[in-house]
Amino acid sequence: MHELSIALSLVDIAEQESDRRGGVQVLAVHVKLGPLSGVVKEALTSAYELAREGSPLADSQLVIEETPIVIRCPQCQIESTVPSIYELCCPRCGTPTADIVCGRELEVTALEIEG
Amino acid sequence: MTVIPSTSSTTGRAQSRLVQVRTKILKENDVVARALRKSFEDAGLYVISLVSSPGAGKTMFLEKTLLALRDRFRVAALVGDLATDNDARRLARSEVPVKQITTGTTCHLEAEMVRTALDGWDLNDLDLLFIENVGNLVCPASYDLGENLRLVLFSVTEGEDKPLKYPTIFNTADLAVITKSDLAQAAEFDPALATKNIQTVRPGMPILSVSAKTGDGMNEWLSAVVTGVAGL
Repeated sequence: MHELSIALSLVDIAEQESDRRGGVQVLAVHVKLGPLSGVVKEALTSAYELAREGSPLADSQLVIEETPIVIRCPQCQIESTVPSIYELCCPRCGTPTADIVCGRELEVTALEIEG
Repeated sequence: MTVIPSTSSTTGRAQSRLVQVRTKILKENDVVARALRKSFEDAGLYVISLVSSPGAGKTMFLEKTLLALRDRFRVAALVGDLATDNDARRLARSEVPVKQITTGTTCHLEAEMVRTALDGWDLNDLDLLFIENVGNLVCPASYDLGENLRLVLFSVTEGEDKPLKYPTIFNTADLAVITKSDLAQAAEFDPALATKNIQTVRPGMPILSVSAKTGDGMNEWLSAVVTGVAGL
């Protein structure tokens, strides 16, 4: 359960950005989360509620965008979205691959601020 | 910095706007891990981390590895646990430098913990460093420690479907080691099924099967380490 420390980092990042902008209020934190990030969406959502307490982000929302897994086929050289980590094969030719182009995202993409 | 009009607001407040900030949430860890990787590279040090569930046999595997390699390389180990220095004391029997990292309530090692633990060691005096992570197949997946090679271990008594249950950590690893192979028959372990499951979540991953107790398969593992050090 490392989602709490991740949520605390999220609050830190948002606070720093808010400070940089003269203490503007952050209404929402937008996050991109990949299925291979090692972070569970529901756990992060609950952890965020704890992490924001007592901080300037106490009233902020966490908005999570889940990204798909995209692989690159070593044979066809094309990128394809696959349904899950259990299907890391090119949908066109069936070649298995560990070349993951997207799916490990764990990043803040935007802040919704007052003003 | 791009400002997006408030029409894309999710909070429904009229007086709001979205500002883009592309920041990796684990940026701080990544920065330290990158610095570690650079200092390992500068010192000509090969670094291997080990992850597994608790009780998979990491410490015994590592102890035998240290004993086998200590005359050939200048080797050291860091070992992470929530509490106690039992593992460090076990590994110290191999008479190589060992440091315990006690993480308290943290369920994984972070790059900063590794950096702090290495304080006082001259990396130039080492050829090979092992980092044994906290026994956990979930959280360590997200944290880069600057290592060259990440091993994921699981024992025959844990069942062939371990890779399917913890796909992310298997996907992030470079080499899978199936431990306690001496118990395979008693546990009715199916190696072909285990291999298939590993390949499902991490196509192409090399797999070794070992028994640290009997020594079975250890030579192949040790050769892989020697090859890794030589490849620096």
